Amino acid sequence: MRIVVASGKGGTGKTTVATSLALTAGDSVRFMDCDVEAPNAALFLNPKLDTRKEVGIQLPVVDEALCTHCGKCAEVCEFHAIAVIGKKILVFPELCHGCGSCTLVCPEKAISERLDVMGVLESGMTPSGMDFAQGVMNVGEPMAVPIIRELKKWTPAHPFEIEIRDAPPGASCPVVETMRNADFILLVTEPTPFGLHDLKQVVGITHELGIPSGVIINRDGIGNNAVEAYCDEAGLPILLRIPMERRFAEAIASGRTLVDTALEYRAAFETLLQVITARVAK
Amino acid sequence: MKIAISISGNKLESPFDPRFGRAAAFCLVDSETGEWTSHENPALSASGGAGVQAAQFIAKLGAQAVISGAYGPKAFDTLSPAEIEMYLAPIDETLTAADVLALFKTGKLSKTAAATHEGHHGAAH
Repeated sequence: MRIVVASGKGGTGKTTVATSLALTAGDSVRFMDCDVEAPNAALFLNPKLDTRKEVGIQLPVVDEALCTHCGKCAEVCEFHAIAVIGKKILVFPELCHGCGSCTLVCPEKAISERLDVMGVLESGMTPSGMDFAQGVMNVGEPMAVPIIRELKKWTPAHPFEIEIRDAPPGASCPVVETMRNADFILLVTEPTPFGLHDLKQVVGITHELGIPSGVIINRDGIGNNAVEAYCDEAGLPILLRIPMERRFAEAIASGRTLVDTALEYRAAFETLLQVITARVAK
Repeated sequence: MKIAISISGNKLESPFDPRFGRAAAFCLVDSETGEWTSHENPALSASGGAGVQAAQFIAKLGAQAVISGAYGPKAFDTLSPAEIEMYLAPIDETLTAADVLALFKTGKLSKTAAATHEGHHGAAH
Protein backbone atom coordinates (compact mmCIF):
# COMPACT_ATOMS: atom_id res chain seq x y z
CA MET A 1 0.00 0.00 0.00
CA ARG A 2 1.40 3.37 -1.03
CA ILE A 3 0.34 6.41 0.97
CA VAL A 4 1.27 9.97 -0.05
CA VAL A 5 1.17 12.77 2.50
CA ALA A 6 0.48 16.07 0.71
CA SER A 7 -0.94 19.47 1.60
CA GLY A 8 -0.79 22.23 -0.97
CA LYS A 9 0.22 24.88 1.52
CA GLY A 10 3.70 24.48 2.97
CA GLY A 11 4.26 24.12 6.69
CA THR A 12 0.90 22.50 7.51
CA GLY A 13 2.52 19.41 9.04
CA LYS A 14 3.13 16.91 6.21
CA THR A 15 6.40 15.70 7.66
CA THR A 16 4.94 15.66 11.20
CA VAL A 17 2.17 13.34 9.99
CA ALA A 18 4.30 11.26 7.60
CA THR A 19 7.00 10.47 10.17
CA SER A 20 4.54 9.59 12.94
CA LEU A 21 2.51 7.44 10.57
CA ALA A 22 5.68 5.62 9.50
CA LEU A 23 6.76 4.98 13.09
CA THR A 24 3.30 3.61 13.90
CA ALA A 25 3.11 1.30 10.89
CA GLY A 26 5.51 -1.36 12.16
CA ASP A 27 8.33 -3.29 10.53
CA SER A 28 7.61 -3.52 6.85
CA VAL A 29 7.54 0.21 6.13
CA ARG A 30 9.63 2.17 3.71
CA PHE A 31 9.79 5.94 3.73
CA MET A 32 10.49 8.28 0.81
CA ASP A 33 11.06 11.98 1.24
CA CYS A 34 9.93 13.33 -2.11
CA ASP A 35 10.34 17.00 -1.12
CA VAL A 36 13.60 17.03 -3.05
CA GLU A 37 14.06 20.80 -2.86
CA ALA A 38 14.12 20.71 0.95
CA PRO A 39 13.96 17.15 2.32
CA ASN A 40 13.82 17.17 6.11
CA ALA A 41 12.07 13.99 7.29
CA ALA A 42 15.57 12.65 8.02
CA LEU A 43 15.80 15.17 10.87
CA PHE A 44 13.03 13.23 12.65
CA LEU A 45 13.75 9.64 11.57
CA ASN A 46 17.58 9.86 11.79
CA PRO A 47 18.47 7.32 9.09
CA LYS A 48 22.08 6.36 8.48
CA LEU A 49 22.32 7.47 4.84
CA ASP A 50 25.11 5.22 3.63
CA THR A 51 24.12 4.82 -0.02
CA ARG A 52 24.35 7.65 -2.53
CA LYS A 53 23.53 7.68 -6.22
CA GLU A 54 23.70 10.57 -8.67
CA VAL A 55 20.52 11.06 -10.67
CA GLY A 56 19.24 13.36 -13.38
CA ILE A 57 18.09 13.23 -16.97
CA GLN A 58 19.62 11.70 -20.08
CA LEU A 59 20.83 14.38 -22.48
CA PRO A 60 21.38 13.61 -26.17
CA VAL A 61 24.92 13.44 -27.51
CA VAL A 62 25.10 13.51 -31.29
CA ASP A 63 27.81 11.73 -33.26
CA GLU A 64 28.45 14.27 -36.02
CA ALA A 65 30.09 11.58 -38.18
CA LEU A 66 26.84 9.57 -38.34
CA CYS A 67 24.35 12.48 -38.44
CA THR A 68 22.82 13.16 -41.86
CA HIS A 69 20.97 16.31 -40.64
CA CYS A 70 17.63 14.80 -41.57
CA GLY A 71 15.99 16.84 -38.80
CA LYS A 72 13.76 14.10 -37.37
CA CYS A 73 15.14 14.68 -33.84
CA ALA A 74 14.36 18.40 -34.01
CA GLU A 75 10.84 17.68 -35.31
CA VAL A 76 10.01 15.26 -32.52
CA CYS A 77 11.38 17.43 -29.70
CA GLU A 78 8.49 19.21 -28.02
CA PHE A 79 10.86 21.48 -26.13
CA HIS A 80 13.09 22.59 -29.05
CA ALA A 81 16.09 21.31 -27.13
CA ILE A 82 17.69 19.90 -30.27
CA ALA A 83 17.93 21.89 -33.48
CA VAL A 84 19.09 21.05 -36.97
CA ILE A 85 20.03 24.03 -39.04
CA GLY A 86 21.70 23.51 -42.40
CA LYS A 87 24.51 21.04 -41.78
CA LYS A 88 24.72 21.80 -38.08
CA ILE A 89 23.07 20.14 -35.11
CA LEU A 90 22.70 21.92 -31.77
CA VAL A 91 21.67 20.65 -28.34
CA PHE A 92 20.32 23.04 -25.68
CA PRO A 93 20.65 21.17 -22.36
CA GLU A 94 18.60 23.73 -20.40
CA LEU A 95 15.56 23.05 -22.61
CA CYS A 96 15.87 19.23 -22.53
CA HIS A 97 13.45 17.20 -20.41
CA GLY A 98 15.31 13.92 -20.98
CA CYS A 99 12.39 12.14 -22.67
CA GLY A 100 14.64 10.25 -25.09
CA SER A 101 12.43 10.81 -28.16
CA CYS A 102 15.31 12.13 -30.28
CA THR A 103 17.39 9.01 -29.56
CA LEU A 104 14.44 6.80 -30.50
CA VAL A 105 13.60 8.46 -33.81
CA CYS A 106 17.15 8.90 -35.14
CA PRO A 107 17.33 6.62 -38.21
CA GLU A 108 21.15 6.68 -38.19
CA LYS A 109 21.50 5.77 -34.49
CA ALA A 110 23.70 8.85 -34.23
CA ILE A 111 22.36 9.88 -30.81
CA SER A 112 23.62 8.42 -27.57
CA GLU A 113 22.83 9.74 -24.09
CA ARG A 114 24.77 10.99 -21.12
CA LEU A 115 23.54 11.54 -17.58
CA ASP A 116 23.09 15.20 -16.67
CA VAL A 117 23.36 15.11 -12.89
CA MET A 118 20.60 17.11 -11.18
CA GLY A 119 20.82 15.73 -7.66
CA VAL A 120 21.42 12.64 -5.55
CA LEU A 121 19.39 9.85 -4.01
CA GLU A 122 20.43 8.99 -0.47
CA SER A 123 19.20 5.90 1.32
CA GLY A 124 19.78 3.85 4.42
CA MET A 125 18.20 2.48 7.55
CA THR A 126 16.71 4.32 10.52
CA PRO A 127 17.55 3.23 14.10
CA SER A 128 14.09 1.61 14.27
CA GLY A 129 14.90 -0.52 11.23
CA MET A 130 12.90 1.38 8.61
CA ASP A 131 14.18 1.69 5.03
CA PHE A 132 14.52 5.38 4.23
CA ALA A 133 15.36 7.29 1.05
CA GLN A 134 15.37 10.92 0.03
CA GLY A 135 16.10 12.88 -3.11
CA VAL A 136 18.27 15.97 -2.83
CA MET A 137 18.11 18.34 -5.78
CA ASN A 138 21.19 20.42 -6.62
CA VAL A 139 20.82 24.12 -5.90
CA GLY A 140 19.72 26.04 -8.98
CA GLU A 141 18.12 23.10 -10.80
CA PRO A 142 14.79 24.05 -12.38
CA MET A 143 13.21 20.56 -12.54
CA ALA A 144 12.40 18.34 -9.53
CA VAL A 145 10.33 15.70 -11.37
CA PRO A 146 13.24 13.65 -12.79
CA ILE A 147 14.68 13.26 -9.28
CA ILE A 148 11.31 12.22 -7.80
CA ARG A 149 10.83 9.76 -10.66
CA GLU A 150 14.20 8.14 -9.88
CA LEU A 151 13.46 8.14 -6.14
CA LYS A 152 10.25 6.19 -6.77
CA LYS A 153 12.31 3.46 -8.49
CA TRP A 154 14.30 2.89 -5.27
CA THR A 155 13.96 -0.74 -4.14
CA PRO A 156 15.50 -1.59 -0.79
CA ALA A 157 16.29 -5.22 -0.02
CA HIS A 158 13.46 -5.71 2.45
CA PRO A 159 9.94 -6.30 1.19
CA PHE A 160 7.43 -3.65 2.21
CA GLU A 161 3.78 -3.60 3.09
CA ILE A 162 3.44 0.13 3.48
CA GLU A 163 5.27 2.84 1.56
CA ILE A 164 4.96 6.40 2.82
CA ARG A 165 5.87 9.31 0.56
CA ASP A 166 6.31 12.75 2.03
CA ALA A 167 5.26 15.09 -0.81
CA PRO A 168 6.63 18.53 -1.63
CA PRO A 169 4.35 21.50 -0.94
CA GLY A 170 2.45 23.11 -3.81
CA ALA A 171 0.18 21.68 -6.48
CA SER A 172 2.38 21.42 -9.55
CA CYS A 173 4.34 18.73 -11.42
CA PRO A 174 6.51 17.48 -8.49
CA VAL A 175 3.37 16.89 -6.39
CA VAL A 176 1.63 15.12 -9.27
CA GLU A 177 4.66 12.89 -9.82
CA THR A 178 4.79 12.05 -6.09
CA MET A 179 1.10 11.07 -6.13
CA ARG A 180 1.18 9.02 -9.32
CA ASN A 181 0.53 5.29 -8.70
CA ALA A 182 -0.28 5.87 -4.97
CA ASP A 183 -3.19 4.06 -3.30
CA PHE A 184 -4.20 6.81 -0.90
CA ILE A 185 -3.51 10.52 -0.43
CA LEU A 186 -3.48 11.95 3.07
CA LEU A 187 -4.10 15.68 2.87
CA VAL A 188 -2.75 17.66 5.80
CA THR A 189 -4.21 21.12 6.13
CA GLU A 190 -4.71 23.86 8.65
CA PRO A 191 -8.12 25.45 9.27
CA THR A 192 -7.27 28.82 7.72
CA PRO A 193 -8.25 30.47 4.43
CA PHE A 194 -4.70 29.88 3.18
CA GLY A 195 -4.84 26.18 4.13
CA LEU A 196 -8.23 25.77 2.48
CA HIS A 197 -7.25 27.56 -0.72
CA ASP A 198 -4.28 25.27 -1.31
CA LEU A 199 -6.13 22.17 -0.10
CA LYS A 200 -8.67 22.66 -2.89
CA GLN A 201 -5.87 22.68 -5.43
CA VAL A 202 -4.44 19.33 -4.33
CA VAL A 203 -7.91 17.80 -4.05
CA GLY A 204 -8.23 18.68 -7.74
CA ILE A 205 -5.11 16.63 -8.48
CA THR A 206 -6.38 13.61 -6.51
CA HIS A 207 -9.61 13.72 -8.54
CA GLU A 208 -7.68 13.97 -11.78
CA LEU A 209 -5.56 10.95 -10.80
CA GLY A 210 -8.54 9.06 -9.39
CA ILE A 211 -6.87 8.32 -6.04
CA PRO A 212 -8.96 8.25 -2.80
CA SER A 213 -8.03 10.77 -0.15
CA GLY A 214 -8.77 11.94 3.39
CA VAL A 215 -7.98 15.04 5.40
CA ILE A 216 -6.03 15.68 8.58
CA ILE A 217 -6.66 19.03 10.24
CA ASN A 218 -3.51 20.18 11.99
CA ARG A 219 -3.40 23.14 14.39
CA ASP A 220 -7.07 22.46 15.00
CA GLY A 221 -8.71 25.29 16.92
CA ILE A 222 -7.16 28.21 15.04
CA GLY A 223 -8.71 29.97 12.04
CA ASN A 224 -12.30 29.20 11.08
CA ASN A 225 -14.66 26.36 10.12
CA ALA A 226 -14.37 26.75 6.36
CA VAL A 227 -12.15 23.67 5.90
CA GLU A 228 -14.71 21.49 7.69
CA ALA A 229 -17.54 22.94 5.64
CA TYR A 230 -15.61 22.30 2.44
CA CYS A 231 -14.75 18.69 3.41
CA ASP A 232 -18.38 18.09 4.26
CA GLU A 233 -19.57 19.45 0.95
CA ALA A 234 -16.88 17.66 -1.08
CA GLY A 235 -17.42 14.33 0.69
CA LEU A 236 -13.85 14.29 2.02
CA PRO A 237 -13.50 12.40 5.31
CA ILE A 238 -11.69 14.17 8.15
CA LEU A 239 -9.55 11.35 9.51
CA LEU A 240 -7.68 13.06 12.32
CA ARG A 241 -7.46 16.38 14.15
CA ILE A 242 -4.28 17.53 15.83
CA PRO A 243 -4.91 20.51 18.11
CA MET A 244 -2.72 23.59 18.26
CA GLU A 245 -0.60 22.92 21.33
CA ARG A 246 2.64 24.49 22.44
CA ARG A 247 4.19 21.12 23.45
CA PHE A 248 3.81 19.82 19.88
CA ALA A 249 5.48 22.88 18.41
CA GLU A 250 8.32 22.60 20.91
CA ALA A 251 8.81 18.89 20.15
CA ILE A 252 8.88 19.39 16.39
CA ALA A 253 11.28 22.32 16.78
CA SER A 254 13.69 20.05 18.62
CA GLY A 255 13.45 17.17 16.13
CA ARG A 256 11.07 14.89 18.04
CA THR A 257 8.13 13.23 16.34
CA LEU A 258 4.52 13.61 17.42
CA VAL A 259 4.11 9.96 18.46
CA ASP A 260 7.26 10.13 20.59
CA THR A 261 6.10 13.34 22.24
CA ALA A 262 2.46 12.53 22.91
CA LEU A 263 2.07 8.77 23.40
CA GLU A 264 -1.71 8.99 23.05
CA TYR A 265 -1.16 9.69 19.35
CA ARG A 266 0.19 6.17 18.81
CA ALA A 267 -3.34 4.84 19.11
CA ALA A 268 -4.70 7.66 16.97
CA PHE A 269 -2.22 6.90 14.17
CA GLU A 270 -2.91 3.16 14.44
CA THR A 271 -6.60 3.87 13.96
CA LEU A 272 -5.77 6.20 11.06
CA LEU A 273 -3.78 3.45 9.36
CA GLN A 274 -6.65 0.97 9.82
CA VAL A 275 -9.12 3.43 8.32
CA ILE A 276 -6.83 4.04 5.34
CA THR A 277 -6.29 0.31 4.83
CA ALA A 278 -10.04 -0.26 4.88
CA ARG A 279 -10.66 2.57 2.40
CA VAL A 280 -7.99 1.27 0.03
CA ALA A 281 -9.39 -2.27 0.23
CA LYS A 282 -12.86 -1.04 -0.80
CA MET B 1 19.34 38.14 -50.83
CA LYS B 2 16.39 36.65 -48.95
CA ILE B 3 15.61 38.51 -45.75
CA ALA B 4 13.15 37.48 -43.03
CA ILE B 5 11.53 40.41 -41.22
CA SER B 6 9.58 39.78 -38.01
CA ILE B 7 6.08 41.21 -38.42
CA SER B 8 2.64 41.21 -36.85
CA GLY B 9 0.38 40.70 -39.86
CA ASN B 10 0.68 39.05 -43.24
CA LYS B 11 2.06 41.57 -45.72
CA LEU B 12 4.92 43.93 -46.43
CA GLU B 13 2.86 46.85 -45.08
CA SER B 14 2.22 45.03 -41.78
CA PRO B 15 3.73 46.47 -38.59
CA PHE B 16 7.26 45.42 -37.71
CA ASP B 17 7.25 43.05 -34.69
CA PRO B 18 10.45 43.68 -32.70
CA ARG B 19 10.36 40.23 -31.04
CA PHE B 20 12.17 37.41 -32.82
CA GLY B 21 11.14 34.06 -31.26
CA ARG B 22 7.65 35.27 -30.39
CA ALA B 23 7.03 37.31 -33.56
CA ALA B 24 3.54 36.72 -34.94
CA ALA B 25 4.90 36.07 -38.44
CA PHE B 26 7.82 36.59 -40.79
CA CYS B 27 7.80 38.41 -44.09
CA LEU B 28 10.35 36.84 -46.44
CA VAL B 29 11.54 39.44 -48.94
CA ASP B 30 13.92 39.12 -51.86
CA SER B 31 15.96 42.34 -51.63
CA GLU B 32 16.78 42.29 -55.36
CA THR B 33 13.37 41.58 -56.88
CA GLY B 34 11.16 42.91 -54.05
CA GLU B 35 9.06 39.74 -54.14
CA TRP B 36 7.74 38.74 -50.74
CA THR B 37 5.79 36.01 -48.98
CA SER B 38 4.44 35.92 -45.43
CA HIS B 39 4.64 32.98 -43.02
CA GLU B 40 3.03 32.53 -39.61
CA ASN B 41 5.62 31.83 -36.92
CA PRO B 42 5.11 28.26 -35.61
CA ALA B 43 7.09 29.16 -32.45
CA LEU B 44 4.51 31.75 -31.33
CA SER B 45 2.78 29.23 -29.06
CA ALA B 46 5.84 27.17 -28.07
CA SER B 47 6.07 26.50 -24.34
CA GLY B 48 9.82 27.06 -24.48
CA GLY B 49 12.64 27.30 -26.97
CA ALA B 50 10.72 29.70 -29.23
CA GLY B 51 13.95 31.32 -30.45
CA VAL B 52 15.38 27.93 -31.45
CA GLN B 53 12.23 26.97 -33.31
CA ALA B 54 11.83 30.32 -35.09
CA ALA B 55 15.50 30.22 -36.17
CA GLN B 56 15.09 26.75 -37.71
CA PHE B 57 11.89 27.91 -39.37
CA ILE B 58 13.42 30.90 -41.18
CA ALA B 59 16.48 28.82 -42.09
CA LYS B 60 14.18 26.33 -43.82
CA LEU B 61 12.50 29.20 -45.64
CA GLY B 62 15.93 29.96 -47.08
CA ALA B 63 16.54 33.28 -45.31
CA GLN B 64 20.14 34.52 -45.48
CA ALA B 65 19.49 37.46 -43.17
CA VAL B 66 16.91 38.38 -40.58
CA ILE B 67 15.71 41.74 -39.26
CA SER B 68 14.18 41.91 -35.81
CA GLY B 69 14.38 44.04 -32.68
CA ALA B 70 16.06 41.60 -30.31
CA TYR B 71 17.71 38.16 -30.27
CA GLY B 72 17.91 35.90 -27.21
CA PRO B 73 20.92 33.68 -26.54
CA LYS B 74 19.41 30.49 -27.97
CA ALA B 75 18.10 32.27 -31.06
CA PHE B 76 21.58 33.74 -31.54
CA ASP B 77 23.26 30.34 -31.04
CA THR B 78 20.95 28.75 -33.63
CA LEU B 79 21.12 31.52 -36.25
CA SER B 80 24.93 31.92 -36.04
CA PRO B 81 25.98 28.45 -37.27
CA ALA B 82 23.36 28.74 -40.02
CA GLU B 83 25.23 31.87 -41.14
CA ILE B 84 22.06 33.92 -41.10
CA GLU B 85 23.00 37.55 -40.52
CA MET B 86 21.10 39.20 -37.68
CA TYR B 87 20.17 42.85 -38.20
CA LEU B 88 18.65 45.09 -35.56
CA ALA B 89 15.87 47.54 -36.40
CA PRO B 90 14.59 50.23 -34.01
CA ILE B 91 11.88 49.06 -31.60
CA ASP B 92 9.26 51.40 -33.05
CA GLU B 93 5.61 50.37 -33.38
CA THR B 94 4.95 52.83 -36.19
CA LEU B 95 7.37 51.10 -38.57
CA THR B 96 6.14 48.65 -41.19
CA ALA B 97 8.12 45.78 -42.69
CA ALA B 98 8.49 47.90 -45.84
CA ASP B 99 9.98 50.76 -43.76
CA VAL B 100 12.42 48.35 -42.13
CA LEU B 101 13.40 46.99 -45.54
CA ALA B 102 14.04 50.54 -46.77
CA LEU B 103 16.30 51.19 -43.75
CA PHE B 104 18.18 47.99 -44.54
CA LYS B 105 18.65 48.90 -48.21
CA THR B 106 20.07 52.31 -47.31
CA GLY B 107 22.56 50.72 -44.90
CA LYS B 108 20.94 52.18 -41.77
CA LEU B 109 20.68 48.88 -39.86
CA SER B 110 23.54 47.29 -37.95
CA LYS B 111 24.29 43.61 -37.44
CA THR B 112 24.50 42.15 -33.97
CA ALA B 113 27.44 39.99 -32.98
CA ALA B 114 25.90 38.76 -29.72
CA ALA B 115 22.54 38.02 -28.10
CA THR B 116 20.78 41.24 -27.14
CA HIS B 117 19.22 39.98 -23.90
CA GLU B 118 19.21 37.14 -21.39
CA GLY B 119 17.23 33.95 -21.95
CA HIS B 120 13.70 33.60 -20.65
CA HIS B 121 14.13 30.05 -19.40
CA GLY B 122 15.28 28.85 -15.95
CA ALA B 123 18.91 28.46 -14.94
CA ALA B 124 21.04 26.10 -16.99
CA HIS B 125 21.92 22.72 -15.55
